[in-house]
Amino acid sequence: MSTRKIRHAFVPLAALLGAALLAGCTSDAPPDAPAGAASAAAGAPGTGRQSKFFDRAEYDRQLALAKESPQGPAGKPWEQMLRPQLVDTTQYKKKGSGGIHLCLSNAGVFNPWRQVGLKNMQAEAGLHKEITDFTVLDAQGKDDKQISDIQELAGQGCDVLIVSPNTTATLTPAVEQACGKVPVIVFDRGVETDCAVTFINPIGGYGYGAVAADFLVEKVKPKGKILALRISPGVDVLETRWSAAKVALDKSGLDVVDVKFTDGDPAKTKAIVTDAITRNGDIDGVWMDSGATSVAAVEAFEDAGKDVPPITGEDQQDFLQVWKEEKLTAIAPSYPTFQWRTPVIAALKILKGEQVPKEWKLPQPTVTQDTLDQYLKPGMPPLHYAMCGCENLPGFPEKWGGKK
Amino acid sequence: MTSAQAPAGRRVLSALTTGTPVYILLAALLAALALTDPGFYEPDRFLSFIKRAAPLVILAAGQYLVIVCGEFDLSVGAIVTAGVVVAAELYGSFPGAPWLLVTVILLLAGALAGLVSGLITTLLRVPSFITTLGMMLILEGAVFFWTGGSPHGALPAAFRRLGRGTAFGWLPWAVLVCVVAGLLAVRLMRSDFGRTLLATGDSERAASLAGVRVARARTIAFILSGAAAALAAVLVGGFSGVSAQAGRGYEFEAITAVVLGGVVLGGGRGSVVAAMAGAFSLQALFTLLNLQGVSGALESTVQGVIVIAAVALGAADWSRLRRRGTEPSGAKSS
Amino acid sequence: MTALRPDLKARSRTGPGRTAELRLTGPVAGVWLAALAVTGLGWIVVAARGGDFLTVTNVVTILQNCVALGLVAVGQSAVILTGSLDLSVAYLISLGTLVAAETMESGSVPVAILAVLALCAAVGLANGLIVTGLKVNAFIATLGTAFILRGWIEDNYTGPAGRVPASFQHLGYDRIGPVPVSLFLLLAVAAILWLVTRRSRLGHHMYATGGDEHAARLSGVRTRRTVITAHVLCSLCVGAAALFLAARLGAGAPWAGTEARYDLESIAAVVLGGTALAGGRGGVSGTLGGVLVLAVLDSVFNQLAVDPFFKNVVRGVVIIAAVALYARGRRTEQERTA
Repeated sequence: MSTRKIRHAFVPLAALLGAALLAGCTSDAPPDAPAGAASAAAGAPGTGRQSKFFDRAEYDRQLALAKESPQGPAGKPWEQMLRPQLVDTTQYKKKGSGGIHLCLSNAGVFNPWRQVGLKNMQAEAGLHKEITDFTVLDAQGKDDKQISDIQELAGQGCDVLIVSPNTTATLTPAVEQACGKVPVIVFDRGVETDCAVTFINPIGGYGYGAVAADFLVEKVKPKGKILALRISPGVDVLETRWSAAKVALDKSGLDVVDVKFTDGDPAKTKAIVTDAITRNGDIDGVWMDSGATSVAAVEAFEDAGKDVPPITGEDQQDFLQVWKEEKLTAIAPSYPTFQWRTPVIAALKILKGEQVPKEWKLPQPTVTQDTLDQYLKPGMPPLHYAMCGCENLPGFPEKWGGKK
Repeated sequence: MTSAQAPAGRRVLSALTTGTPVYILLAALLAALALTDPGFYEPDRFLSFIKRAAPLVILAAGQYLVIVCGEFDLSVGAIVTAGVVVAAELYGSFPGAPWLLVTVILLLAGALAGLVSGLITTLLRVPSFITTLGMMLILEGAVFFWTGGSPHGALPAAFRRLGRGTAFGWLPWAVLVCVVAGLLAVRLMRSDFGRTLLATGDSERAASLAGVRVARARTIAFILSGAAAALAAVLVGGFSGVSAQAGRGYEFEAITAVVLGGVVLGGGRGSVVAAMAGAFSLQALFTLLNLQGVSGALESTVQGVIVIAAVALGAADWSRLRRRGTEPSGAKSS
Repeated sequence: MTALRPDLKARSRTGPGRTAELRLTGPVAGVWLAALAVTGLGWIVVAARGGDFLTVTNVVTILQNCVALGLVAVGQSAVILTGSLDLSVAYLISLGTLVAAETMESGSVPVAILAVLALCAAVGLANGLIVTGLKVNAFIATLGTAFILRGWIEDNYTGPAGRVPASFQHLGYDRIGPVPVSLFLLLAVAAILWLVTRRSRLGHHMYATGGDEHAARLSGVRTRRTVITAHVLCSLCVGAAALFLAARLGAGAPWAGTEARYDLESIAAVVLGGTALAGGRGGVSGTLGGVLVLAVLDSVFNQLAVDPFFKNVVRGVVIIAAVALYARGRRTEQERTA
């Protein structure tokens, strides 16, 4: 009886101690050596080990693309393209009259970025009289359901099937199947097949991360303390942003004191930034892999009574507003939501037999101090994305939740 | 057999034994925080720690009321999200609305959501796990359907003062709110209603035979939990502004906090103070993990191990005490 | 007035209610009727819009969409019957698909299947041991396991990984006539669990443990072992779901299980199927009905192009309403027998 009793108490106690030890194992590290590095890689810089998914060639390509100027109508970035390699689409030319039936298999609308994007696409589809049907199936973030959705749409008489995949690799078989039945357009995340007529996406995560990191390298004094805030680990599109920033920051001689995950939660972000400020005395720059929590980070500095250091965000309305009001030193790279307009335009081109690029690379504009006023639209809701290219679409701004 | 019927001395003992592990855990975590970060106990930093913990503490107090009478409330996270979004939406339409009015509207709306959950659970006899799971889906869906995905307005400084500002220049309002809510919860549990609630969770049948209006007690618990979640929404929205995922994960955190406090799922046992101490422990754990910079990804692993271990420790202590005969059998461990 | 008063008997549980299944008012019949009703309603609504709901392709899609959730929910019913709960299934699915796809890429398919099942059995065993041995409430224990798995996944994976060979993808894509192969997997797993719960000694013990653990222990049931076995069974079902998803996705994905919220959805399906959350009552066949209700609903929403946010509202209402409906059925029945 007694042994059992002791065991009951001992096992959890041991686990608790073990966990406490694990949590406490870096407690004597000097404050300027980030604790996160200890478990990441010994001897590595404060940014930790490089992601094993880091793709040097793709990184170089994106950085080169970012320097080029796109082809296409000025002022309409959603119709522009970078280094296009046009392919012939006469085989898909729609015969006979009758309305066009457009279909979208959407990964979901689980964040404001996707919500703004879907509105863009619906408005774009509404612009064209020849589109009589626009079917949208929402997979609610389930890969499995999206596969069924794609199968369902492929057999439903769509003229073109647009796919915004939930996961890069996992939708490949379904898209391959659908390609045999109907012209397919993939956008945002890619799939591992080139059977789609065109794959539409902006420059990409490396470009995003590098722009933000280069800004800090330029604005922050040498050896300045940088706090890097990421949404969550394990998400491919966010990993690329961080790994590009890591390359730039490691080279710069800036001191990355912390790399933290915020889960996209503003409250947690504020707590993390507050702790970082008190622990390091001062933070000289903040790098963020997306904008959802930038305002919380800015507020953490304000509440601590400190000046907000150079900070990076995204083209979200609330951040742009704080930027202007508080006269921040800031930059906002974007992953533009105007890319949701392009698939509809591409679909119509394909059905007319016009050439489209095999990979339609869209520009990825950055909001800088000079262009801030151009993107900041009073009356738009705080979670709106400024890079929507939706200002001239019917129903703007009410449909996007804004006020005239 | 219920704490309500037991003599006072025994009640105190039982309250202490159910809560002891959490106080030890909290003390250990606070000590660890002091070791890691000597500045942690500077008044303003400690106050800001309490300020951060306040929403979770309030949620835990509300969740405690529901759990102690034998139910669950999984909808609190959705109520927090909905509360923040609705407040922003209200301010989008009526930019000049007084903050007190908006706060009261939110509290009433939270109470209404709780009332609906409570009525469905008690009158229609749907398990509360399902009722509140459904309520979570409904609230999240309805709010975003209404706002078209994102709220139209921003939260003005006046509304955000409760979550962000300070009274007298040093005392965060959130700490005051948290203390007041905590005192109210303790007061409530000492009242007749508190005893009714405990009795209901302990044995529905016995309570009913003793003349307790079980359904009414449970419904009131849900109403209070909903209102507490709305109050948490005011603090969260105030602390960090508009977000479409303000309350994500709070339902599990609140339940974890309550269970860390030694409150038995299934009802009938545990104290509200211990539940709130559980919330503080959880927040202290988050802070410690953050300060330690345990590799970001492994943070949740450490959290999982500590939560399991702490609860197991509580269970082990408890079973030993029970064998000594402090409390008759009838405990359900799962 | 009496009908509105909480029924005291509802909490006292009976043993394995083998006969309850046959009664029309029983929850199992109830949920299948609900599935039928939802289908009928969907058919009418879709037909009114000029669509055709009950086409072969649509029915096949509905059945196909049942498989993943079905496998998880069937396993979940085993634990819930025993009076426990498993919130770690979502992360276990994610990890399962990753392990499956990575092992298949470097090794062979049988090794991968064994690896996934072994991993899942180990997690199930851990869950069971924590619940029974350490006496941690199942809600917290499996939530804790979920956090541990999450940390492991996030620390080791940064996105989709591995590759499933075409030969194994047949499980996800092939059909026999109009019926997807994977449906047979679901039916086979469900049949095994039905046999275990309804026709074996272990099943009796599971019902007894879930009904009243104390009484079961007094009457000689080794309740701990039963709970542990139920957890292992559940996790094995999750492993089957992970293998199916790997076959369907062609790779492993760290968010395969979590973004679909398989944890809460599987519990919703189980309870929708008439299994009491407290344990001891219900069964696998009801769960399948619950899964079907959810899948049919999804299909109706698809056909009607319902706003995804509004979808959640309807879903929530339907889950509550269905459970309320047969809770009412159960009550009237008990009033008759009482």
